[in-house]
Amino acid sequence: MTTQPSTRSSSVVVTTAMFVAAVYFLLPVVWLAISATKSASDLSTTFGLWFSGNHLGQNLHDTVTFGDGLYLRWLANSALYSVVGAAAATLLSAMAGYALAKFSFRGRSFTFSAVLAGVLVPPTALAVPLFLMLAGAGLTNTAWSVLLPSMISPFGVYLARVYAAASVPDEILEAGRIDGAGDVRMFYTVSLRLMAPALVTIFLFQFVAIWNNFLLPLVMLTSDRLYPVTLGLYTLNTQITRDPDLKAVVVTGSLLSIIPLILAFLALQRFWRTGLAAGAVKD
Amino acid sequence: MVVAASRTAAGVPARPRVARRRRAGTSTRAAWLLLAPFLVGFAVFYVAPIVVAVVKSFTAVTRTSTYGRPVEVFAGLGNYTAALGDAGFTGSVGRVLLFGVVQIPVMLGLALVLALALDSAVVRLRRFFRLAFFLPYAVPGVIAAVMWGFFYAPNLSPVNQLLDPAGIHPDLLSGNVILYSIANIVTWTFTGYNMLILYSSLQAIPTQLYEAARLDGASGWAIAWRIKVPVIAPSLVLTGVFSIIGTFQLFTEPQVMAGVSSAVSSSYTPSMAAYAQISAQNYGLGAAMSVLVTLLIAILSWLFFRITRARAAL
Repeated sequence: MTTQPSTRSSSVVVTTAMFVAAVYFLLPVVWLAISATKSASDLSTTFGLWFSGNHLGQNLHDTVTFGDGLYLRWLANSALYSVVGAAAATLLSAMAGYALAKFSFRGRSFTFSAVLAGVLVPPTALAVPLFLMLAGAGLTNTAWSVLLPSMISPFGVYLARVYAAASVPDEILEAGRIDGAGDVRMFYTVSLRLMAPALVTIFLFQFVAIWNNFLLPLVMLTSDRLYPVTLGLYTLNTQITRDPDLKAVVVTGSLLSIIPLILAFLALQRFWRTGLAAGAVKD
Repeated sequence: MVVAASRTAAGVPARPRVARRRRAGTSTRAAWLLLAPFLVGFAVFYVAPIVVAVVKSFTAVTRTSTYGRPVEVFAGLGNYTAALGDAGFTGSVGRVLLFGVVQIPVMLGLALVLALALDSAVVRLRRFFRLAFFLPYAVPGVIAAVMWGFFYAPNLSPVNQLLDPAGIHPDLLSGNVILYSIANIVTWTFTGYNMLILYSSLQAIPTQLYEAARLDGASGWAIAWRIKVPVIAPSLVLTGVFSIIGTFQLFTEPQVMAGVSSAVSSSYTPSMAAYAQISAQNYGLGAAMSVLVTLLIAILSWLFFRITRARAAL
């Protein structure tokens, strides 16, 4: 393709606009990273977007030792809830989405409509009755109260159904049937592998949803030893006016808590991209 | 076939296939076997809580005497009339409506423009931009709100620090502005996510579809607005519906801002209003509010689908 002068100049304009947008999206995170290197008093007295002294070591130390390792405990809790919850949700979603995409049976469209309706239900409407139910079962203020509901993702089922329809060709299933392989076995041996990139996508989205979840742990948990990092930092943030020194812990803790997510996205971007543009059936 | 499959992958709801004749018995059993674990969880953690919420919304707690045991009694529509008569609750519904009318078009417009730009041939550093725009999605709502809360606080904000010498002292946490300050947090968090959905739909458009137009001399703009946007309209509708749902569920950001701004009341959004009632152990009233919000979301999503479908059919 030839590059005409007009294309080149519009390229400069559009790319400049993109840079402005990128500044908007990156600036708060840059501010957070810079602020994590400042002392609590420098936070309000020095310019926010430039460095002043180096207190990063001290801040990290204060954050890690806060409340006898309470902050680290929160991080570990978040990791536990997110990894276990997302892994279970991905498998359950894959099975259900695959069944909805690849089998025709009575009740299929009703089931799918019910699942879609589940996407529309606001978590606030669920969290509270769920609290009342789990309180009856003696499960509130336990890790289970956060873990179990996180394993069910109607949106994951929706995605899995879309991906299964796109990436598992009927021809393979027909061939498997002719060879006498059972449908469930075919799912675990063949289809699951074909859906793998999409499964990473579902896992990622559910991982982020659980890591970011705030309302469910807020309603369920009373013991701060069980808090995920979001709820822990929220609680600390509400105490800042009483104890301004906590500001440095909140800032540094916030920065630390988003690093795992950013790394996960960078490391796995190959997967979520292939997942989103899931392979087409070629015939 | 290729077109249909890849468009489906981009998040467009697939049309139910025509049922195919198959060895019905074993296949049906396999399907239910695969569905069972999810459906059990769905029944326990989605269906049952909704039933509980609806039942609770028709009950009230009364005591036989001042020190008597609390008894749950049927309250008819009492909780619903109480919710609709609660100025805090109805005000919160109006507030999220205003929020949605302003914030959703801004966010989706921005997402669409960024997606089109990334998809066009004229942008360099595509990989970097895609990551930069999507990065906020990896930041939890609580952290985003805490971060922006610092950014807005008059004594911490770099914006204020820059404007101070000019004698301008904006207070982004004050009563008139806070709603838009919250809208900015939501826009910051979710624009990249929506952009990615639209971008992957754009990437799935077969190039033959607009290569002919390009050879005929159509400009990049014309191709974008006349060919690409109509083709990805279903994805736009989808992001629109998800945004409406998200707006009515607004909770985390205002809840965090309530800690730093006195302009955010405990019933600032419908979800916060319901949560406040529950915290005060008014389960019946809180449940009625939750049910009302859910109904409103369902009606609005349905309306939105209807209107956009009717438009698309024209």
